[in-house]
Amino acid sequence: MRKSWKDKMWIVTIIYFSLGFFNIMFAWFGMVCFLVPILMSLFGKEKAFCNSYCGRGQLFSLLGSNPRMSLNKELPAFLRNKWFRYGFLLFFTAMFLNMLFTTWAVFSESTGVNESIRFLWTFDLPWKLANRAGNNVSLWIIQFAYGFYSLMLTSLVLGLISMFIYRPRAWCVYCPIGTVTQMICKIKEGEGL
Amino acid sequence: MVVQVKKRKKAMVLREDCVACGACLKVCPVNATVIYRGIFAVIDSARCIGCSRCATICPASAINMKELE
Repeated sequence: MRKSWKDKMWIVTIIYFSLGFFNIMFAWFGMVCFLVPILMSLFGKEKAFCNSYCGRGQLFSLLGSNPRMSLNKELPAFLRNKWFRYGFLLFFTAMFLNMLFTTWAVFSESTGVNESIRFLWTFDLPWKLANRAGNNVSLWIIQFAYGFYSLMLTSLVLGLISMFIYRPRAWCVYCPIGTVTQMICKIKEGEGL
Repeated sequence: MVVQVKKRKKAMVLREDCVACGACLKVCPVNATVIYRGIFAVIDSARCIGCSRCATICPASAINMKELE
């Protein structure tokens, strides 16, 4: 259980979410959390991202290790079911595509930038103050940042709620990226999903 | 006189339920856990000291403590 720099990735997660409050353009850095795990699992590193580098997982472990921050209940069986995991992945993917569609709508100038964070895919939280991109940045780049930060913040809050009620890393059970990377590993090994 | 032999408990992974998140890797005091090809956790029962930390932390409840003969 030797500690290394890899165990400090939770700090990066806190910095990432903090920066999004002040300048929405930092949301783009979150793409690392999408692309790196998938690329790692595709190119032979299996689930190294989840196991060693995921700042969000580390943050949940760290916070959840405090008994006052986690009730430590067992995750209900339906949430652990693989069909729920794949279903949530499908839903998350659909929401991601919806976000891309909104970005495209702004790119094609059929709509303006929505300067709000769509929390839980439903509630628009005013986030105008974080739009510090300036006039030289294309509007679709700003819209993507808002959309992407919405997804990231929503999943963080879902993870924190899961951490509080269930075990610290309960989010990892249905984390869409974790599900995708495990799927890739299973397919590569010729295992059934 | 009946002599009671206390059976040692070891951690066992339910492959189907494991999400390979690696939470168990971090808490094992004897490094008995590895993630097999990103698919499921494997616990070396020869190394396992039966502390049950992995079973307690596993978010998918995929680790059980079993008594070995």
